[in-house]
Amino acid sequence: MANARGAAVKYDSVQKSYDGESLVVKNLNLDIPPGEFLTMLGPSGSGKTTCLMMLAGFEPATHGEIYLNDRPINNVPPHKRGIGMVFQNYALFPHMSVAENLAFPLQVRNVPKAEQEQKVQRALDMVELGAFGNRRPAQLSGGQQQRVAVARALVFDPELVLMDEPLGALDKQLREQMQYEIKHIHENLGVTVVYVTHDQTEALTMSDRVAVFNDGVIQQLSTPDDLYEDPQNSFVAQFIGENNKLSGKVVGIEGEECLVELDDGTQLKADRVNVSAVGDRTTLSLRPERVEFDTHDSMDNLVNGRIEELIYLGDHIRVRMNVAGNDEFIVKVRNRGERRKLHVGETVQVGWALNDCKALDAVA
Amino acid sequence: MSDTTDGQVLTTQDGKPLKAALRRALRREKLRAFLLIAPLLIFVLITFVAPIVDMLFRSVENGIVADTLPKTVIELSKWDPASGEAPDEVVFAALYDDMVIAVDQKTHTRLGSRLNYEQSGISSLFRKTGRRIKRMDEDGPFKDQFIGADKKWGDVATWQVLQQFSPRYTDGYFLNAFDAKRGAEGIEMKPEDQQIYMFLFGRTLFLSIVITLSCLLLGYPIAFLLASLPLRTSNLLMILVLLPFWTSLLVRTSAWKVLLQQQGVINDFLVWTRLIDDAGRLVMINNQTGTIIAMTHILLPFMILPLYSVMKTISPSYVRAAKSLGANDWTAFWRVYFPQSVPGIGAGAILVFILSIGYYITPELVGGTSGIFISNRIAYHISSSLNWGLAASLGTLLLVAVLVLFVVYDKIVGIDNVKLG
Repeated sequence: MANARGAAVKYDSVQKSYDGESLVVKNLNLDIPPGEFLTMLGPSGSGKTTCLMMLAGFEPATHGEIYLNDRPINNVPPHKRGIGMVFQNYALFPHMSVAENLAFPLQVRNVPKAEQEQKVQRALDMVELGAFGNRRPAQLSGGQQQRVAVARALVFDPELVLMDEPLGALDKQLREQMQYEIKHIHENLGVTVVYVTHDQTEALTMSDRVAVFNDGVIQQLSTPDDLYEDPQNSFVAQFIGENNKLSGKVVGIEGEECLVELDDGTQLKADRVNVSAVGDRTTLSLRPERVEFDTHDSMDNLVNGRIEELIYLGDHIRVRMNVAGNDEFIVKVRNRGERRKLHVGETVQVGWALNDCKALDAVA
Repeated sequence: MSDTTDGQVLTTQDGKPLKAALRRALRREKLRAFLLIAPLLIFVLITFVAPIVDMLFRSVENGIVADTLPKTVIELSKWDPASGEAPDEVVFAALYDDMVIAVDQKTHTRLGSRLNYEQSGISSLFRKTGRRIKRMDEDGPFKDQFIGADKKWGDVATWQVLQQFSPRYTDGYFLNAFDAKRGAEGIEMKPEDQQIYMFLFGRTLFLSIVITLSCLLLGYPIAFLLASLPLRTSNLLMILVLLPFWTSLLVRTSAWKVLLQQQGVINDFLVWTRLIDDAGRLVMINNQTGTIIAMTHILLPFMILPLYSVMKTISPSYVRAAKSLGANDWTAFWRVYFPQSVPGIGAGAILVFILSIGYYITPELVGGTSGIFISNRIAYHISSSLNWGLAASLGTLLLVAVLVLFVVYDKIVGIDNVKLG
């Protein structure tokens, strides 16, 4: 397992339709280099699981070709693809013990008995379940079952491992712990991992790159920090992290900057991301933690707002404000211990830098 | 967590034992639950448990000799059949007294038919004697008069039967059911040509196993298909599976007669296609083949339904997981899917087997002589020969056989491995 290397995956204009009337996956082009941890992130029905199932071989692509290490695999049956897979509900065989579950992929590959035992034990040790080989899956906790599923997907040294929302059934604490464990296993083994989830923190925590899916199309494919800092469109901005949106109209464009007039007449400067011309409708996207109460005149944008609600959350305070007619405007204030006096009903000035405010496509 | 230390009893706030308080709180609920099931419980007791107990009792009950000939039975107990001679005058005197009363109450013919099961000819002996009894001299000697009425009264064998069936309880029916009888030297098997029940039991078991296996072979793929198709299609197919259920059993069985008989549809078709010639028409009905075909058809839904409900719960991700781990279609099915469907096979097989082992109507209609079951023989004894005792003991044996198989199944497969849904 230690010398295993990852496989390269390539989707080449892949389309998928179930009913011949609508496309679930619309023209997917995706290159996954060897050893990458790539997450397909998106709401349910966005086509991410279908993409995974096509790669695993359980769904045929309606059009296009998928390559595994430059070999087209559209006509290769699932059992010959040599791809490890972790299923949403683990799919551990209930009538076999944990060790038998792990030995299964080795048995069907006719691995010699002694080697089987050795590999099973090594895989169990890897997920710290060395003593649990004789248990039935039903006798394990959810987290342990999860680890067995991961070990089973890795025991036959696949170059590529697919994970279909593997942590969905676990509680929050366990999920976070497993995120790190899976990440470390990936780092140690160097296999390529394609991971499907609808949980954005999971995607940000674990991935090298994240492909955000919506409506059968990859909306953005980038590293987690790029995804958060530079969303390419409103969907990504909304889906990743918390976000204030202000809708308005572009009144001026100057290089990478643009001037936007909100519906109530307020004019704001913003980073121009995907607006093309003066007069376009746009949605401004602004992260709550980038809004400052300590304003100074050199700030690009300064606006007055009324404080509607204060929520104390320990490490920070959430302030819900009415800014430019939007009363869902959230500001996160770090709790520095100085007990800054904010009062509901007060009108205060807030400000932010131009680069923190992204002018994106308009959403309805 | 718990306040109890050893020997201390938990109490409620006002000092009553906690357990008693809990019982009182639950009593109302228990009573309610009981009242809800009471109608069914009474119904089952009256219509199911009581007849079965009565049947079990009838298989050993034998009060008729002692009730009809009370004095004779007492006197006869002193007689030793090994002496080789008929009993002496005292017994005959007692017999005369008993017979006078029996003839008066017309119970002697019933006793005659009862003992006729054990030895043919006794029925006519009692009827004949009944007609002569009024003409006999009341003062005796009775022995000569009885032997004069019918020579059989002088036979040791007649008296042996009477003595053997004097007790109120008998194992005679069961011996009969086992093809055995009580001879001069204890229990012995009947002559070969009279042995029938053990053979019939064997055939019933054999045919039931064949029917169960063919139901499984035919039903498993259908259940598999039903469980893997989308709901709308599988519902339509399910109706087709259930359709025979909604058709009368007699209609279905008669349909098989039309299809399978020598001048029937299948034979005609085979002759028409020249696969067989007219002289070589297949005999497919009124024999074992007919029974197997018709009963497999009738019992098939009982196999499909439990299989389907178990297969429905097997997530398709198991087979997918097996394939992703490198198993081909067959290995994925055989090592992963099939073991998980075993509880359904168990449930279906038990259901079909137990239903078929006691099946009556279909073998009766299409079984001929070589395809009838033990239950047909039981029905014959209930309704034609009126030997209810024998019918009861055969029924008891059938019940015991099923229970034994059940226990064996539990030992091998485990009854908790059976799932109906």
